[in-house]
Amino acid sequence: MSDASGGSGEIELVQLLTPEGERLEHPEYPFSGDDDQVKGFYRDMVLTRRIDTEATALQRQGELGLWASSLGQEAAQVGSGRALGKQDFVFPTYREHGVAWCLGVDPVQLLGLFRGVDLGGWDSQKSRFHLYTIVIGAQTLHATGYAMGVERDGLVGTGDPERDTAVIGYFGDGASSEGDVNEAFIFASSYNAPIVFFCQNNQWAISEPIERQSRIPLYRRASGFGFPGVRVDGNDVLAVYAATTAALERARTGNGPSLIEAYTYRMGAHTTSDDPSKYRLADELEHWRLKDPIERVKAYLNRSGSGDDAFFAEVETEASDTAADLRRRCLALPDPRLLDLFDYVYAEQTPLLVAQKAEHADYMASFEDVSPEPPKGLRQAQPALTGQAQPASGGGVH
Amino acid sequence: MTVLTMAKALNAGLRRALEADPKVVIAGQDVGKLGGVFRVTEGLQKDFGEHRVVDSPLAESGIVGTAIGMALRGYRPVCEIQFDGFVFPAFDQIVTQTAKMHFRSAGRLKMPLVIRIPYGGGIGAVEHHSESPEAYFCHTPGLKVVTCSNPPDAYWMIQQAIASDDPIIFLEPKRRYHEKADIDEATPPPPLHSARVVRRGSDVTLIAYGPMIKTCLDAAEAAAEERRDLEVIDLRTLSPLDMAVVDESVQKTGRVITVHEAQLSLGLGAELAARITEQCFYSLEAPVLRVGGFDIPYPPARVEEDYLPDLDRVLDMVDRSLAY
Repeated sequence: MSDASGGSGEIELVQLLTPEGERLEHPEYPFSGDDDQVKGFYRDMVLTRRIDTEATALQRQGELGLWASSLGQEAAQVGSGRALGKQDFVFPTYREHGVAWCLGVDPVQLLGLFRGVDLGGWDSQKSRFHLYTIVIGAQTLHATGYAMGVERDGLVGTGDPERDTAVIGYFGDGASSEGDVNEAFIFASSYNAPIVFFCQNNQWAISEPIERQSRIPLYRRASGFGFPGVRVDGNDVLAVYAATTAALERARTGNGPSLIEAYTYRMGAHTTSDDPSKYRLADELEHWRLKDPIERVKAYLNRSGSGDDAFFAEVETEASDTAADLRRRCLALPDPRLLDLFDYVYAEQTPLLVAQKAEHADYMASFEDVSPEPPKGLRQAQPALTGQAQPASGGGVH
Repeated sequence: MTVLTMAKALNAGLRRALEADPKVVIAGQDVGKLGGVFRVTEGLQKDFGEHRVVDSPLAESGIVGTAIGMALRGYRPVCEIQFDGFVFPAFDQIVTQTAKMHFRSAGRLKMPLVIRIPYGGGIGAVEHHSESPEAYFCHTPGLKVVTCSNPPDAYWMIQQAIASDDPIIFLEPKRRYHEKADIDEATPPPPLHSARVVRRGSDVTLIAYGPMIKTCLDAAEAAAEERRDLEVIDLRTLSPLDMAVVDESVQKTGRVITVHEAQLSLGLGAELAARITEQCFYSLEAPVLRVGGFDIPYPPARVEEDYLPDLDRVLDMVDRSLAY
């Protein structure tokens, strides 16, 4: 493989569940959960995929402006999301819909951002799931700073599992080229911050393959910054869960940062505006389809006898219901009012914004008093207004 | 009453802030053991420890980006950018992240972050050490921008900025770091986002801030010898602007000159001229005139005295204003 051109030795890939659903053991990363937990992962992944599919459909029907699909990355997201403790804090990119699900963020609030009704409608402090960050890699620094704060709060290495806290920062293979990600590695390492850097290497940064970002496997970058890195099969929810659990524990106990490279694949387009047929081959998609994160868990549960048809049918029904409910609530999301936005800019409002808001409110109100003949000389330079309504005055701003 | 230089006044203000709130954390390159290249943070690490006064890796985006994370965790970080020309690696974190956090969270997330930047020229420095980048930040909704011109303001304004729940770009006129003045602890300071008339006059209003206040006061002194009575306004807050003080002065004098080191085009002077024209049109006896840096990159130090607005250029513009 071309990504073996740098570094030395064989590339290791932690795997606990093969694409065929066979359980493997790993000495460093054991999975000690029972099949009920695995069934829980299965449910989370099916629901995540169904939410994602519904969102893509909503975009196609013109109900969302854009959607960034998580298709194919469910194991990376659910495995890491379910490893989080109840104090831990998440800094996502804009594609972590599965992690959001695990943290209890209402999926309709994810849709709000893509529908254009808000810029992130969930309470990030309460859910411990920060707002989506669209500027690539910027959130890894926020995660590091947050972790530095956790350390200052004395919530690292206390030995009390109710208090010890870790932070996880998500990013992608493309982001690994950003200065901010590299600076985050340096700050985290220098201050021994309690953070897990979780890279979903989904092989593609829009049209650019991983080979454009890195000549060595991404997990090996960590050693240059002075902390450990590991590559896990990102389509193996058990391996992701085990590796993330270990990395979070390492952070919480004061042993500092680490990097997980979840080796996965973006099965869909970068976003609904993208056309991957222009830059990648269908063969590649087929190759990864055989490694599907959900199918292998289903195969395992079938094999172990823990999952029967009734269970799988029940999850399917729940997924359909969730999607229908999501669609209904998405369409019911109220549009924002421009005037409200003036109040969100600052914690302490400024006279300028008070004046601009009031002026615009007057201007808008002027449309309510329709005068059939607008005064001469007014509005000549203005673009045509829709409908019959004309402002009764110049609105004060012209 | 204590006489302090501006650098010492800032140091004293930072000390007060560190004492007042355990969540205040200072971070930046060389701010710890060295006390900053201008010694503004001198002695603070020794007294408050490495967890409160943090020597950062040499990475401006990292300094601001991690400060955002700390603010989200409930801290009140005060970042130092070593020189004006080095803020640009952090520009993305300031503009796309810091400035928008409160807005995009519909007010749920506060960003009590102060970014201190020594700015302006006049010290014979090499490239990227003499710039005036204030307009970039004033053009960014979500940021507030203030600048001090004297030691008492430096002392109070830095404390007020740290106490603010909004992100504040705090510009320090580096060539005035060594100017001395009395600091009167007993007199409460004016609000952070207020301008102040620092010299009363009736003929022409000079509007300036930061390093240009001393220049304008000197100009007003010289003009007085020619029986010209100049009023000088120290803006102090560049975003939001305190237009009430400006308008009142313009309505009195009818003649206005803005003065700043930054390049003229689309600078603070341009914004002031637009607002004054909109708000005080019938009071004006002359167009709003601007003195500023030329629209060239900051020049080599040996000609910076020709580039920077000085007493003569201000007085020349006063002549032009009075000629209308």
